[in-house]
Amino acid sequence: MQTRFSFGGDEHIFAEVDEAMSLEAFFKSLFITNAVREARIKGVTEICPANASYQVKFDPDVIKPDDLLAELKRMDAAADKSEPVIATRIIEIPVLYNDPWTHETLMRFRERHQDPTATDLEYSARINNLDGVDGFIKAHSSAPWFVSMVGFVAGLPFLYQMVERQRQIQAPKYLRPRTDTPKLTIGHGGCFSCIYSVRGAGGYQMYGVTPMPIYDPNQTISYLRDFMCLFKPGDIVKWKPIDRDAYDTAVADVDAGRFAPVIRDVSFSLAEFNRDIDGYNRKLEGVLHGH
Amino acid sequence: MVIKVLKPGLATTVQDLGRPGYYHIGIPMSGGMDRHALIAANLLVGNPEGAAVLEAVFMGPELEFSDDAVVAVTGAELPPKLDGVLQETWTSFKVKAGQKLSFDFLKKGARAYIAVAGGIDVPVVLGSRSTYALGALGGFKGRKLEAGDELPVGTATAPPTEGRSIAAELRGLPAGMPVELRVMPGLYWHRITEAAGIGFFSDTWKVAPEADRIGYRFKGGKPLEFVPREPPFGAGSDPSNITDACYPYGSIQVPGGTEPIVLHRDAVSGGGYFQVGAVISADMDLIGQLQPNTPVKFIKVDMDTALAARKEKAELSAKLRSALMA
Repeated sequence: MQTRFSFGGDEHIFAEVDEAMSLEAFFKSLFITNAVREARIKGVTEICPANASYQVKFDPDVIKPDDLLAELKRMDAAADKSEPVIATRIIEIPVLYNDPWTHETLMRFRERHQDPTATDLEYSARINNLDGVDGFIKAHSSAPWFVSMVGFVAGLPFLYQMVERQRQIQAPKYLRPRTDTPKLTIGHGGCFSCIYSVRGAGGYQMYGVTPMPIYDPNQTISYLRDFMCLFKPGDIVKWKPIDRDAYDTAVADVDAGRFAPVIRDVSFSLAEFNRDIDGYNRKLEGVLHGH
Repeated sequence: MVIKVLKPGLATTVQDLGRPGYYHIGIPMSGGMDRHALIAANLLVGNPEGAAVLEAVFMGPELEFSDDAVVAVTGAELPPKLDGVLQETWTSFKVKAGQKLSFDFLKKGARAYIAVAGGIDVPVVLGSRSTYALGALGGFKGRKLEAGDELPVGTATAPPTEGRSIAAELRGLPAGMPVELRVMPGLYWHRITEAAGIGFFSDTWKVAPEADRIGYRFKGGKPLEFVPREPPFGAGSDPSNITDACYPYGSIQVPGGTEPIVLHRDAVSGGGYFQVGAVISADMDLIGQLQPNTPVKFIKVDMDTALAARKEKAELSAKLRSALMA
């Protein structure tokens, strides 16, 4: 991995850690953006980690573009020597897979899909050689996912599956983007899943919905009172398949202000994870359920 | 004081100079698309330059004032009318309690800035009063104005100033046709062939109808040809796809290689399309004044030219300030 740097106009520096997505590239982008934040470089106004890249916005009236570029290159070289261990959180997200709302929406936009005769779940199961919708849901929900980027729109997490590359679910985006996606849809495009934080346009396959809001600009939801967006890059997500009754109960709990998300602090070591992926993921799930 | 919205216009929103600092979680800066015009409107009525104003696009709203006020309209040539009587743009004028402010048809430009002495006093969210409609955040209830809305106006900190105006050379409007937008090539520029790169800068493009606060789409140029590659894991199979990354403000993505989109103040913060470079900061205001079908040329510049243009723009702002503070 050799980071490629480019100016984005006169106010941004873009750094591509790697062309391809990998946990190694993501960890490097997370590490450097944390280091840049801690360095409090005068003139830096926005620090944005992404999946396998990062971007720094700056005020060229305060810091010379070439000076900032040299500083970022120095930090990039130092990052290669770092031990990829992070203190983070694991968050359980309940999901009603195969729900009526994304189903209604995907049927409305069928002519924009690769396979108009199947649902997004059926299609994704087939192209990933999984055993039907149930097999797909099991593959999607059994291992945890890293929040490898937050963005596109407010608070939307991009999620990267924590399994070997050959086991990762992959699916193309719709042939033409939809003009509508239900709020809190679980989507998937390329190797990334996402949760649509707001209703709107979208091109990812749609698999289900969560009853758990992840963005609240009014900050009335109990766990979003401190900040309106739930996710940060580096968070770990574990999907929990639920049925319609559990979904309805959760929605009622959210509305009544008594929904308590399951969130635990956890330390993650990339080296230990790579040594025994399934074993490490079982340990992470243990943290979630208090053992 | 309260301003009652009788008719909302097409997409009128409350904007100030924006909300930097939250782009890493997908919340864009928002704020006036033409910041120079926004600042001018505020200074004309004696406001701090970053006070909240109304940004009206293509069509003005109809507003009723509960109290006496001083108002100025800048940016697009969208002539204001007070109880039906035409007023000058780029000039502050007095509105009496109960009077109605409406607008004539758009003559030039795209976005008008309506400043009221005291500023539009909606709640400050994450450091700004700007509307980010996609995220239902800030502004008036997180959305564009609707008929019946009542906008609170703050108390003027300085005595309001009527009858002041701004000279034409200080307005910072596009110089001629086609409009020239200066671009620093970069980002994923290497994804297109040399011939495509030459075509991008030599073709004349036109603003497409899909042009809003998120981004401006252009059409009419030759499709861009890509350098062949094996798609990297995570990027997707289309040659215009990348592993989803952060998008700079002003960056020019070209999905499928066909229609460039320049991201603006309400930018989506990231995604999976390659970008050929970015419009320089000094030319971002101009984009906010482009109507659909306007011919545009992208002009290739380097960092030194971009910084010189930025300095020139800062000098224009300085002249505006000294002209109005005098």
